[in-house]
This record gives sequence, C-alpha cells and structure tokens, in this order.
Amino acid sequence: MLVQTKGLTKSFGGLTAVNQVDAEIETNKITAIIGPNGAGKSTFFNLISGLHPPTEGTIHFKGTDITKLRTYEIARLGVGRTFQTTHLFEQSTVLDNVIIGHRLRTKSGLFDSIFKTGRLKREEAACREKAHEVLEFVGLSEMSHRLVSDISQEAKKRTAFALALATDPEIVFLDEPAAGINPEETDGLAELMKKMVDKGITVCLIEHKMKMVMSIADKIIVLNHGKKIADGTPDEIKNNELVIQAYLGGDTNAPVN
Amino acid sequence: MEKVLTNRNLSMLLLAIAILFPLFTDNQYVLHIFSLTFIWTIAVHGLNLIGGFTGQLSLAHAGFFGIGAYSVGLLTVKMGLNFWLALVLGLIITTAIGFVIGLVALRTKEHFFAIYTLCVGYIIYLLLYKWEELTEGVRGLIGIPVPAPIGPITFDTPRNQYYLLLFFLVLVIFLMHRIMNSIIGRTYIAIRNSEELAETIGIATMKQKMVSFVLSTFFAGLSGGLYAAFVRFIGPDISYISVTFDMLMYLIVGGMGTLSGPLIGTLLIVWLSQYLQFLQNYRMLIFGPLLTLLIIFYPRGIAGGYQMWRAKRYMRKTQQLMQPVNPVSMKEEK
Repeated sequence: MLVQTKGLTKSFGGLTAVNQVDAEIETNKITAIIGPNGAGKSTFFNLISGLHPPTEGTIHFKGTDITKLRTYEIARLGVGRTFQTTHLFEQSTVLDNVIIGHRLRTKSGLFDSIFKTGRLKREEAACREKAHEVLEFVGLSEMSHRLVSDISQEAKKRTAFALALATDPEIVFLDEPAAGINPEETDGLAELMKKMVDKGITVCLIEHKMKMVMSIADKIIVLNHGKKIADGTPDEIKNNELVIQAYLGGDTNAPVN
Repeated sequence: MEKVLTNRNLSMLLLAIAILFPLFTDNQYVLHIFSLTFIWTIAVHGLNLIGGFTGQLSLAHAGFFGIGAYSVGLLTVKMGLNFWLALVLGLIITTAIGFVIGLVALRTKEHFFAIYTLCVGYIIYLLLYKWEELTEGVRGLIGIPVPAPIGPITFDTPRNQYYLLLFFLVLVIFLMHRIMNSIIGRTYIAIRNSEELAETIGIATMKQKMVSFVLSTFFAGLSGGLYAAFVRFIGPDISYISVTFDMLMYLIVGGMGTLSGPLIGTLLIVWLSQYLQFLQNYRMLIFGPLLTLLIIFYPRGIAGGYQMWRAKRYMRKTQQLMQPVNPVSMKEEK
C-alpha cells in the first residue's frame, strides 16, 4: 500500500467537499478516481499533496503519516502531481520549464549562486540532465527548445508530466491529464502512463474519459458528493448500481439498465 | 553561443564607456545625474528581484531605501562613525527590519501583498517624518560626510564619487546575473509563475520568497546608504510612496523580470525628466500617456519587448527549418 487515507474529510464552511473517504492506492498500479463534477476529486488530490489541510482524517504515504506535512515536504518524499490547467511558464522553453523540477533534490543556496561553487555547477548539470531524461521519456526531446506558448495542448500536458517526473516521484497524481485532448492523443497519453508504471512509478489519475479509464486503470475509486461510493476493478465498477445512478442521475424508479 | 558573446561584448563595451566617460568630460552636472542614476538603478534591481523575478510586488521599497539612508546618516552624523562602518551597520539594520517585515508580509499574496507593503512603506515614511528626536523630522539630516577615503583613494570629487557608485552598480548587476542565471534564479521565477506548482515540485516557497525579499531590501538599503553619502542631505521625503512608484516606473519602462531592465528604465526616465525639466510638473502629461501606451503594447518593458521579439524571430527561423521535414504535424498542432 503506497498511499492510504482514513476518514479523510475536508469542509469549506458549510460544504463538505470530501467526506470520510477511506482510500488505498496500491504500489505500481494505475488507480483512477472518477465521479461527476463537484464530487470532490480535485479536493481529494489537493489534500494528499498538502495544498489543503484536511479537516479530519489521516493520510499515510509508505506507512508514514503525511497528514500535517507541507506541500513541498510531501513532494520531497516522492509525491508528484500535475494540475488540470498545466500552470506552465508560457514565455519560456519546454526545457527551461522542466529543469526546475529537479530543484528539490539540490542543496545550493544563494551563496552557491553568487560564488558559482562546485556544488552549484554539479547540481545544475544534474538538473539539466534530469530534464533531458524526462523529456526523452515523455517524448518531447525534439520540442525541448520551443516556447511553451507555442506547443499543442497535448505537448503541454506531456511537459507537465515531465516536470512532475523530474522530481523523482514514487507516485504521480495526474489531474485530468486527457482533458481538452483529441482521442488519438488520449491513447498516446494512456501509453505514457503505462510506461510510467513499467518504470516503477505508481499512477493515480482523475479522469472523465471513461473509455480511457476503463482500459488502463487497475483499480477505480468512485466519489460522489464527497463520499466514496465504490471502489474496485473496472469490471466491478461498470456493473455497480450506485455508480450508474450517480452518473445517470436515476432514482429508484428509473431503469438503470 | 554567438548570442551570448554579443551580449557579453555589449556589456563590456557599456562598462568601458562608463569607465572612460568621466575622463572626457568635466561637466559636473552630467556626472551628478549619472551618479544618481547608478544609485537608483541599484534600488530598482532590488525591486526587480522581488517584484519582477519572484512575483511579489513590494511597495515598501522606498521605505527600505529610507531606512538605509537614515541608518547611514544617523550613524555618521550623530554617532560620528566612519562611513564604511555605518554602511555595513546600515545594511544589517535594513535587512533585519526587512526580515521581520517579510515574516508577516509574505504570508499575504498577490495584491494583498502589494497593499500590505504599501502600508508598511507609508508607516516607515511616517516614522522618519514624525520621530523628531531621532530623525530630526522634516528638517532632515544635514552634513552627512562623504565616504571616508580607502587608502590613497578619496571620494570628495564628483569624478571619484562617480567611480565609487559605478563600482557598486557593477557589483549589484554582477550579483543579479549570477543569481538569476542559476537554479536559484529559476526557483524565484518558478514561484512567480505559480506558487502552487512550485510548492508541488518541492520548493519551500516561503523560505525562498523570504531570501528574495531580504536581498531586495539589502539592495534598497545599499542604494539608500550610498544616496545619503552622495547627496549629503536626507529628509523623510526620500521614503515617500511616490519614490516607490518612481522606482516602479523605471522598472516597468525598462522591463520587469529582465536583467537589463532596471538600468535601461532608470537611465531613460531620469534623463528624460532632466530634459523635460522646463515643463515642471506638466512632465507627467507626457509620462502618463507614454507609460500607458508602453504597458498596453510592451507589458514587459523595453528589454522584455526586445526579448520577445528575439524569441519570435528565433521561432520563425526554427519553424522554417522544421517545416519541410514534417509539415503535417505542424498543422495539427495549430
């Protein structure tokens, strides 16, 4: 078990965005989190990556309690993530965007930069090398010198993946990686996620594209109104009545089949 | 590689001109204005570091400039300290106050940070203005000594002062280059780009912002200390809000978040205001529209605009090279 949440809850004033969620993410698998809009999926991600402090409950990563850690501390433990909107620096090149991803594994400070110490040179070389390595991995080597504002939405998503991978994570949380991307490119991204798992990186994603989710996920967790309503393999989820109701909005009288 | 060489050569050429310049002129007015420009540029570099590169627009900058100037002024005039010792102490005082203010101010974000620091700047001004027992209030401090000689080098002539200020400016520019061309600088830019993303890739944003903020107050304090010894009279007005906005104007015109912006903007606006002196306050009738147009068409200032133009030209070149190889994929991306 790589990540485990127990009774995880987040309230914003009167709204409980995530409500008593017990979830488990297994090592070296692809776990998908699905649910209708507003189900609390992104909030769930934000809780695990430490952007919001939970109201209640605990989060464990590799057995250690990370509930109260800061976002950057969680990242340093090996938890990477991407955002729905990629947040990249558009006026800069792909490579320049990704180089900073390895910063958390470096120790240089202001004085190293002023005196150009050996440590700084070594660490900068390591950051650069890492950036090339992850860009190669996501298949963007040839675009590395192009401005981010100038590349396709799909390439931006790949750049965001590369940035997350440059942190040397053990798990990556991908928030709607295939949003705004055509079906062909979606398949490409699915391939890339499988490639990450092959490399030993656990993947957890939020996604609305069911075809993709069903084909790549080893396990699916379904959230609705902040609560976990089901989890299991794609086949189990497909036939789960609660899930079908949540998606089709049916009540007890509506035909669910 | 070619481009780097041109940039470096250009900097070296400018430096050579700056060094040789006083040998060819005895015009004290010109030397005086250039010296002032150097002082302001140092302060603007500080504002650029925190506002332009780290994305936290601090409007307390003139306040820290004032703290640096008053520290040096008080320590030399009232306590009779040597200028250099006073400058070092002044820098320690400024950065210490910067650190304490940063601890609180950096907890606020974006425009709240700007508003908060604007208030801090105004409070510093009020303190310098109203705390008469210490600062002499509106009378200001008179008779601040020129920098003490270092060995045989004295600083009592305009020419020598010019060289002293040029030395500090070059030092500051050198520091900024070193910082911003390293992963430390990239860290600041990552914070400016998105604090959320920076946190999730493991950057301790609070600590990094703190370092950047304190260093920016260091530059402001240095600039203020040099100003005190150069002009030799200081009043509370030097820390007034409008001084912050003057610095901000220099920075915006030159280019926020660029290394050459502070020098370009300060030189341009300071000289332009000198030439437009005869218009008195009507100068603003010219500056206002010019600044508005600049922000609309070149939001990243002169240096930023040039960078974008060069990047686009580079893109066009590389695209032309790529087009025949794989025209289909290029179309798909659009």
